[in-house]
Amino acid sequence: MDNESQYSGYSYKSGHSRSSRKHRDRRDRHRSKSRDGSRGDKSVTIQAPGEPLLDNESTRGDERDDNWGETTTVVTGTSEHSISHDDITRITKDMEDSAHLDCSRHLGVSLAGALALLAFLTPLAFMLLPQLLWREELEPCGTPCEGLFISVAFKLLILLLGSWALFFRRPKAFFPRVFIFRALLMVLVFLLVVSYWLFYGVRILDSRDRNYQGVVQFAVSLVDALLLVNYRFYNVGHLSIQRAAVWILENYYHDFPVYNPALLNLPKSVLSKKMSGFKVYSLGEGRDNSHNEYYYEEAEHERRVRKRRARLVVAVEEAFTHIKRLQEEDQKNPREIMDPREAAQAIFASMARAMQKYLRTTKQQPYHTMESILQHLEFCITHDMTPKAFLERYLTAGPTIQYHKDRWLAKQWTLVSEEPVTNGLKDGVVFVLKRQDFSLVVSTKKIPFFKLSEEFVDPKSHKFVMRLQSETSV
Amino acid sequence: IEIHKLRQGDNLILGFSIGGGIDQDPTQNPFSEDKTDKGIYVTRVTEGGPAEVAGLQIGDKIMQVNGWDMTMVTHDQARKRLTKRNEEVVRLLVTRQSLQKAVQQSLMS
Repeated sequence: MDNESQYSGYSYKSGHSRSSRKHRDRRDRHRSKSRDGSRGDKSVTIQAPGEPLLDNESTRGDERDDNWGETTTVVTGTSEHSISHDDITRITKDMEDSAHLDCSRHLGVSLAGALALLAFLTPLAFMLLPQLLWREELEPCGTPCEGLFISVAFKLLILLLGSWALFFRRPKAFFPRVFIFRALLMVLVFLLVVSYWLFYGVRILDSRDRNYQGVVQFAVSLVDALLLVNYRFYNVGHLSIQRAAVWILENYYHDFPVYNPALLNLPKSVLSKKMSGFKVYSLGEGRDNSHNEYYYEEAEHERRVRKRRARLVVAVEEAFTHIKRLQEEDQKNPREIMDPREAAQAIFASMARAMQKYLRTTKQQPYHTMESILQHLEFCITHDMTPKAFLERYLTAGPTIQYHKDRWLAKQWTLVSEEPVTNGLKDGVVFVLKRQDFSLVVSTKKIPFFKLSEEFVDPKSHKFVMRLQSETSV
Repeated sequence: IEIHKLRQGDNLILGFSIGGGIDQDPTQNPFSEDKTDKGIYVTRVTEGGPAEVAGLQIGDKIMQVNGWDMTMVTHDQARKRLTKRNEEVVRLLVTRQSLQKAVQQSLMS
């Protein structure tokens, strides 16, 4: 299965698929039968190194003796979902090795370029070959031919621009599978070019047709056909599962707050009670009160965070008052004038402690190094921002894309789906996007069909009456 | 069926207040059973006045005044019909919830 997933790894957005089509076309001819099995492939993962690691861990757990039976189950439970630091480095190294797929991407680009060039040059060749080979025998062809030359020139120019737009746009992602529709279109192009060449070869070259105008018209028709196919590319917008997955990933990076594994766990006190090696029987109450403890821990934590946050805000506000932008009229000693970096360093000291404590309480300290804080401070000072604007980044967890590239961790995502990933997106499709330490489960829902009807309201129809209930004495 | 007498102050007064009318909002009427009833109802009866003396009660619906129909009149028309200067005696045709129930009971038994 890994073999299959690697070969079907030639999938790109748009134009790159051209080459892969041709590539796949060739492979199809070689081993058509064996490929049919891969169509039914359900899940596409390039995570081969992952499996053996897990097996090692689980067997290690079973070797312990019976007294530790409780802990064994718990430990192996966690090992399936959390991987230690060593394993991460090992996995990333394997990811690097699988980067040899990248050179296949370049291969794909070059093949795409070759096919495009071939398709581009064919009409020119059609028109030039008669001139070169049997010039003397040709009928003279005046104005109509020149008109046709001009039209061919412009159409080829448009084709060139379209192909450039398709090829030289950087792909947003590396798709595990090829597009079916684009594959069909590329096969169509290939067949088109081949059939035109065959026709040309047999009818025109062999028989040495005299009518040059006919030849030129033939070339024009080929260009038209290519243009039509080129525009077909833009229309094929049917969203497949893998393209939807990429779109979702993009939006996840900028819409969702960043994933902080430290925030997911129960506070240590509660967790340690559950995970102790001995079975604790409390004879008095006999009830599990850990929920109570959890509640109080939460409340306490909440209070602590708010206190630290208040301290931080005050410290930052105060620090910002020490800095003032130099106005032209002010006469200042040149020694006292600072550039933003120095200004930032000067006021950083007063807020550093409060900042550090706050970050530690909210478990954000791995996301912000001191250098990054200083840089952000410098940035805010340069742009005359308020302390509140400076703090925005630290008080709320922002989307993943806001942080430094290291925090994005791997761009290596695995798409796991029950249906083949090139299927169209339908209502109720569920697929999973996995990364090393967490996964996103995506389920799709179709927006209902809206039936809009109109109703005209005459502005003069807005009339009102009083609701009376008067009482009169008689 | 009641008969009232007018007493003279400076004006001829009857000693009660009315509410309702086709130009009024019937849902705010506390006395009517059917909230779409736009008839004229007695909302207050002054103590010792001619109305009380004659036996008019609060919550009565006035059906006719001296032969004039009161079920489909505006509040102001009703007032006018009741306070005509040249009339000293006003005869009202009145209906009452308790009366209705009594009639129903007697019919059933």
